[in-house]
Amino acid sequence: MSKKEWPLWEVFIRGQHGLNHRHVGSLHAPDAEMAINHARDVYTRRREGVSIWVVPSKDITASSPSEKGPLFDPAESKTYRHPTFFDIPDEVGKM
Amino acid sequence: MYAQLVKSEGLKSREDMSPEERDFQDRVDNGEKIEPKDWMPEGYRKTLIRQIGQHAHSEIVGQLPEGNWITRAPTLERKAILLAKVQDEAGHGLYLYSAAETLGVSRDELLEKLHSGKMKYSSIFNYPTLNWADIGAVGWLVDGAAIMNQVPLQRTSFGPYSRAMIRICKEESFHQRQGYAIMMKMAAGTPEQKDMAQDALNRFWFPSLMMFGPSDKDSVHSAQSMAWKIKMNTNDELRQKFVNETVPQADYLGLKVPDDKLAWNEDKQGYDFSEPDWSEFFEVIKGNGPCNRERLNARVKAWDDGAWFREGLNAYADKAADRRKAAAVAAE
Amino acid sequence: MSGAQTTDAELKADPFMNDDAIRAAFFEWLCRMGDNALILGHRTSEWCGHGPVLEEDIALANTALDLIGHTQMWLGLAGEVEGKGRDADDLAYLRDAMKFHNLLLVELPKGDMAVTIMREFLFDAYHHLLLKWLAEHSTSPRVAEIAAKALKEVSYHLDRASDIVVRLGDGTEESHRRMQEALELLWPYTGEMFAGDNVDAALSGAGIAPELTGLQGLWDEDVRSILDEATLKTPEPGGYAHLGGKQGRHTEHLGFILAEMQFLQRAYPGASW
Repeated sequence: MSKKEWPLWEVFIRGQHGLNHRHVGSLHAPDAEMAINHARDVYTRRREGVSIWVVPSKDITASSPSEKGPLFDPAESKTYRHPTFFDIPDEVGKM
Repeated sequence: MYAQLVKSEGLKSREDMSPEERDFQDRVDNGEKIEPKDWMPEGYRKTLIRQIGQHAHSEIVGQLPEGNWITRAPTLERKAILLAKVQDEAGHGLYLYSAAETLGVSRDELLEKLHSGKMKYSSIFNYPTLNWADIGAVGWLVDGAAIMNQVPLQRTSFGPYSRAMIRICKEESFHQRQGYAIMMKMAAGTPEQKDMAQDALNRFWFPSLMMFGPSDKDSVHSAQSMAWKIKMNTNDELRQKFVNETVPQADYLGLKVPDDKLAWNEDKQGYDFSEPDWSEFFEVIKGNGPCNRERLNARVKAWDDGAWFREGLNAYADKAADRRKAAAVAAE
Repeated sequence: MSGAQTTDAELKADPFMNDDAIRAAFFEWLCRMGDNALILGHRTSEWCGHGPVLEEDIALANTALDLIGHTQMWLGLAGEVEGKGRDADDLAYLRDAMKFHNLLLVELPKGDMAVTIMREFLFDAYHHLLLKWLAEHSTSPRVAEIAAKALKEVSYHLDRASDIVVRLGDGTEESHRRMQEALELLWPYTGEMFAGDNVDAALSGAGIAPELTGLQGLWDEDVRSILDEATLKTPEPGGYAHLGGKQGRHTEHLGFILAEMQFLQRAYPGASW
């Protein structure tokens, strides 16, 4: 049995209409179609309203890197993922 | 911490540095981010691989102690919250492995080193979760301790690591609060629930303090990592900060921190507290903690049992690519 | 009546929320919907931390999270319809096995990834057809509303499971063999999805739920086309079917699921968590 690792993909996501796709991270997948599904599951945690690009990492040609890393705020459908969901009394202080 | 006892090199003096090393150190000192294709000292690269790899391993092994309560969570909402949290840990492992991969090591190589025992994960995950309040205590104390370390690491010098940390900190802010929310329920609940909460605090207090690692004030390894900004604070600083923030939170719950020497020290504006039993810590690191064997076996089993699944999907991808090629040739 | 366009006034005016003639059957049917989601969600969540690769671990947890969400909606509505003050948690945590109404299919052990993915696929193919009908045609606005919400997520579950079934079926020799074995193991449990009883008859009579036999043909077609693409051999239709789950007669597995799931609620009655 071969021990081939699933290739690495770079993931770009457009969160809202009108905004550019942005690099959000990378993941492993056997091919592009599965990379798209994985990207949904890993980097959006919800299914609607996003556009995803995946690019094999090996096909990226990089300039001398000095740019600031892009960040992407994943839209979240589950409110309990947000700290404000949990009501911590003021007496407890910052958490 | 999630990365404990990471080996680094001794601190190099400026005179001993090559011109490249001096330039590199200047960039780090100026707060510039180092990106994967930039020149970097070999020691920096190796130390980072060890540190980020250990951090990633801790995330995925860290799924296990909490994960074993998903099927026993007491309400549907608690079940969803816990599952979302443990899933996040898998995601954080994934982000961190990705950061390590930019340094020229593959995820499979790192996993192989975890499975063979050549790489470690945080000592804390070798402790068992025995009652439901442990899920609260893990979120409150273990995630709380992790956040102490991870917040400053958002400013670490290596770009991909810094970006992973920023994303992780953002997602993890709910983890500690959900833990504390469980503790509040338990501490204010029935006498049995309060007992569970106290029992969880008793068992997790010292192991949480151990997460920061032994005192490293005089360690040359730490000095180099701090010069490179891949370690932002000493272990003792972080441990003190953790105790200072956590003790009032325990007081609010009406729970007793299991340390008779704990006392507010007006001069240092912080608590005096007992050191954890470091001999226990080193035993756990060596593999003699209560759950080392179970944790590692579970990871190895998941990986080995999944081999046919990963291979099957690879094989299909190869076949599909061949078919597409053949179709393209036929169309010409 | 379209689920997507249901207004608040229509929801309040759901004619079946206070209809004594159908209350018992409606309650039981809603428990079937909720219990399927709960028990399949439970089985799926068992993979968390044990998946074959991180990406799949995360994807399975997403599926399980969706199913827990569906459970809350269906059992919540069941409690309202019953009108005895029980909420979704009471129904999930305080009923014994004989009062659970899920299909036997969803309570079988998770097995290997072949069993897990094949089960999800066989169930999703049914679940998707059912929810689509409910969202578009149910005479109960409350049911249509929940179905419309769940449908979006289940569409993705079905796409994902179908894709993996095709890939593993047409992957390596070993993945093909495991998928075929899983299919043959699970097939006798699929007949229950379409075996209607008096509860189903009451619900379809009221237009709340579809005639199950009407869905079966579509399911056969959808499932067969994916299995063909996966190079798997579809077992003969109309074979032996294990029945009973919907009526509360389960396999031995359900008791163990409940023993684990309900432990805290049973050991500390009345505590708040």
